[in-house]
Amino acid sequence: MFDFSVFTSWLDAALLSVMPGWLTILVECVLVALGIITLYAIFAMVMIYVERKFCAFVQCRLGPDRVGPWGTIQVVCDVLKMLTKEIVSLRKTDRFLHALAPFLVVTASMTTFACLPWNKGAQILDFNVGVFFFLAIGSIGVVGILLAGWSANNKYSLIGAMRAGAQIISYELSIGMVMLTMICLTGTMSFSEICQNQAEGGWYIFRGHFVALAAFIVYLIAGNAECNRGPFDLPESESELTAGYHTEYSGMDFGFYYLAEYLNLFICAGMASTIFLGGWAPFVIPGLDGFNEVMAIIPGFVWFLVKVFFVLFLLLWERWTFPRLRIDQILTLEWKYLIPISMLLLVLMALCVSLGLTF
Amino acid sequence: MANTSYFAGLIGGIKSLCTGLGVTFRELWTPKITERYPENRKENHIPERFRGTLVMPHNENNEHKCIGCGICQMQCPNGTIKVETKMVETADGKKKKQLVRYVYDHGCCMYCMLCTRACPQGAIEFSPEYEGAVFARESLFKVLNQPGSKCVEKPARPAAAKPAAATEGAKPAVAQPQTADADAAKAKAEKMAAAAKKAAENAAAARAAANEAKAAAEANAADTALQEAWKEAEAKALKLETAAKNFAQKAAEAAADVK
Repeated sequence: MFDFSVFTSWLDAALLSVMPGWLTILVECVLVALGIITLYAIFAMVMIYVERKFCAFVQCRLGPDRVGPWGTIQVVCDVLKMLTKEIVSLRKTDRFLHALAPFLVVTASMTTFACLPWNKGAQILDFNVGVFFFLAIGSIGVVGILLAGWSANNKYSLIGAMRAGAQIISYELSIGMVMLTMICLTGTMSFSEICQNQAEGGWYIFRGHFVALAAFIVYLIAGNAECNRGPFDLPESESELTAGYHTEYSGMDFGFYYLAEYLNLFICAGMASTIFLGGWAPFVIPGLDGFNEVMAIIPGFVWFLVKVFFVLFLLLWERWTFPRLRIDQILTLEWKYLIPISMLLLVLMALCVSLGLTF
Repeated sequence: MANTSYFAGLIGGIKSLCTGLGVTFRELWTPKITERYPENRKENHIPERFRGTLVMPHNENNEHKCIGCGICQMQCPNGTIKVETKMVETADGKKKKQLVRYVYDHGCCMYCMLCTRACPQGAIEFSPEYEGAVFARESLFKVLNQPGSKCVEKPARPAAAKPAAATEGAKPAVAQPQTADADAAKAKAEKMAAAAKKAAENAAAARAAANEAKAAAEANAADTALQEAWKEAEAKALKLETAAKNFAQKAAEAAADVK
């Protein structure tokens, strides 16, 4: 398996040989930031294209197919349009908070994006409380959403933001509980160690058998709710609230929300594939050495992306199947079903681990 | 919902969600029904009853069925139709409306079909022609009758229905086939036929008056004034009848020329 840290340590050494230490760190930070932002933009565009095509196929349509081959240039045109649109500044709004809110949302989204393990040794934010950090930073997004709704001085925005607050804060409980369940199994909160463990001993979704599988499903449901998507999209429910909390945003300010929404979906899928499906770890079957060697030739980032897009497929499939829930139904689902289930899973997983029933 | 227990509701919910996922998963692979319009305009099938635009069908002789009655114009709730007509005198001396221009404002039409339902002649109908986009508002005004077209002629009525004197002269002229080469002769024949008809009518009227005068005179033989009037009326009727005969003969000759 190719170790990306070979390249990063070579770059580090090369930079150190020509410039002082503080400048090296600065240059590396800028490079990493550029890389992250580029990847962010590229994946947002890919996601928008995939979403539009998938949604069309579910609805027996073809989707965008006019601009470029199979409509692939359509997304680029949409991005250019978004970049060149006017940013309208409104009277009687809280200007400062109104301008700040999209940056909070997109910052939370980008920072969590940086937590994803792309390859062995290719991880931007990696330390011993990675999972905890991921959850903590991810929660900043909801602050941005609440501020957006409050500062716009618009009833639709405010209703959307209140719904988003109620929903995201509720579902974060489930996500946290499921993460705890899996940390019982992994024994570490560092993403690189989680991936390394899975590369050596098999994916956690197999090792934790039915408990991990149930936790995976609960994670997908709660993650979808965190992203304000699918049947849980009532913070922005366009048929009742125009666009919910980002009703009053235009141009690239709106674009940030748009980007963050799609990237949050990607991050949700990425985190699911990291914790349950092994991140960059290849698929290995113990005992079949020839097969395992072939699997190990495939680079880690390909494995990671394949897994992410598999989870994305599940999320999109679910998103275009179910109708939007009412706010009381959403909260009922969380508080009456998902939280008891995830608590039960946590207890079961703890029992399994302590009795040595996992693999 | 209220009657089901917590676990039954949970299991039932999961089942129904899985059913939904199954439906969309199957739908993912079905052939897509999107019509790729500009590429498929050759094979694109539009149902016949689709109301795309109003048309006035013309037959192979460039004849339509519109009699210019204007009922469609009155029926149209939007003022979409404007029927321009003129009064013409037919060969048998009747006044008749004739269509000049049938103007249809496609931009105003709401495709309710009240005009086509109201038309007593079945002269207009909706066609599934759907490419109605134009570059200027004025282009939406369409003249539905083709240039040089005319109303299709109905077969002539039976001779018995017309005055005896008139039919002799007028009938051949009316029954003429409409050929383009003998325009002048035709016009003359028609003129003569009209004159003959008028003369015949005059003669008939005079004869009727004379008959009345005769009856009156015979009733009171003593009244010399009535006798005089009878004689006068008789003379006038005879004169007019002779003239009518002459006219009829001339009309017949003119009709023969046309043939």
